Amino acid sequence: MSEHTHPHPHDHDGDHDNAHDRPLSGPALRVKALESLLAEKGLIDPKTLDEIVDTYEHRVGPRNGARIVARAWTDPAYRQRLLANATEAIAEFGFIEPHAEDMVAVENTPQVRNLVVCSLCSCYPWPVLGLPPAWFKSDAYRARAVIDPRGVLKAFGQDVPEDIEVRVWDSTAEMRYMVVPERPAGTEGWSEERLAAIVTRDSMVGVGTVAVATGGGA
Amino acid sequence: MTISCPPDANLADLDALSALPRDDAGPVFRAPWEAQAFAMALELHRRGVFSWPEWAATLAAEIAQARSTGEADDGSRYYERWLAALETLVARKQVVGTADLSRRVDEWDVAARATPHGRPVVLPRR
Repeated sequence: MSEHTHPHPHDHDGDHDNAHDRPLSGPALRVKALESLLAEKGLIDPKTLDEIVDTYEHRVGPRNGARIVARAWTDPAYRQRLLANATEAIAEFGFIEPHAEDMVAVENTPQVRNLVVCSLCSCYPWPVLGLPPAWFKSDAYRARAVIDPRGVLKAFGQDVPEDIEVRVWDSTAEMRYMVVPERPAGTEGWSEERLAAIVTRDSMVGVGTVAVATGGGA
Repeated sequence: MTISCPPDANLADLDALSALPRDDAGPVFRAPWEAQAFAMALELHRRGVFSWPEWAATLAAEIAQARSTGEADDGSRYYERWLAALETLVARKQVVGTADLSRRVDEWDVAARATPHGRPVVLPRR
């Protein structure tokens, strides 16, 4: 039972929860309220929250995943370790902080395309890919990736021939997936750093492939 | 062999494209509260207030419920569900009750109204 003791000076049309009615929007108010209550209980420290946000906004991103892929492309032993136990292989990069779940890396081949989704709640491998793009969180992607992966790939510009198998990996709270895309032709002899620069987020979710920019290069 | 199709050929697939929002490198958070809500869930998990499977199940339930009421989400409302899941879980864990929370929301609302534009909003000391 909340006490509504304050007047609603700008109230009109009985629109109590209308966002225009409050200086702070509904969700912003609720977040502030929750944060202040949790801070009073000693359960969160606003400074720690800022650090978490900064980490995920600026320091973690698909670049972590790109370095992992580039190493798998250049170091066959690492590739084997990654495919056998991605959680441990990713931990070899000391700077990647693991989250609560185990990681699995799945490899694209000329015969197999992999696609990652979280049909339930948009779980995403943050430590290696940063925060999910909006489309990954959309109803459309979550629903359609499972029932019509080829259609989804097509929407992303990927016309996958019928003779290529498409595997869909549905993430859970305990298990998250990343795709190791195929290394493009024309990158023989490239350094790990140079390869990492061409690995895209979409290719590691499985909706894209890695290409060498035409006209650029050597 | 890498597959690369001319993008135009696929733009014809209007049905598939119209249903799938795309982005290239848009901001990961659209408003500060989204980032704060995100961070609060991570921190409460780190402190052991709830397990990650508990979190994921609660979030999945919020998303499913929003869908069942016919609310379509192109991904832009994800953190609204995230926040709802957070409120649900702290109430269930008896960390912050619903009544306490809505009272505090009203207090912040009053404080925000009383604050001149451009100044930080603070709650009066009690």
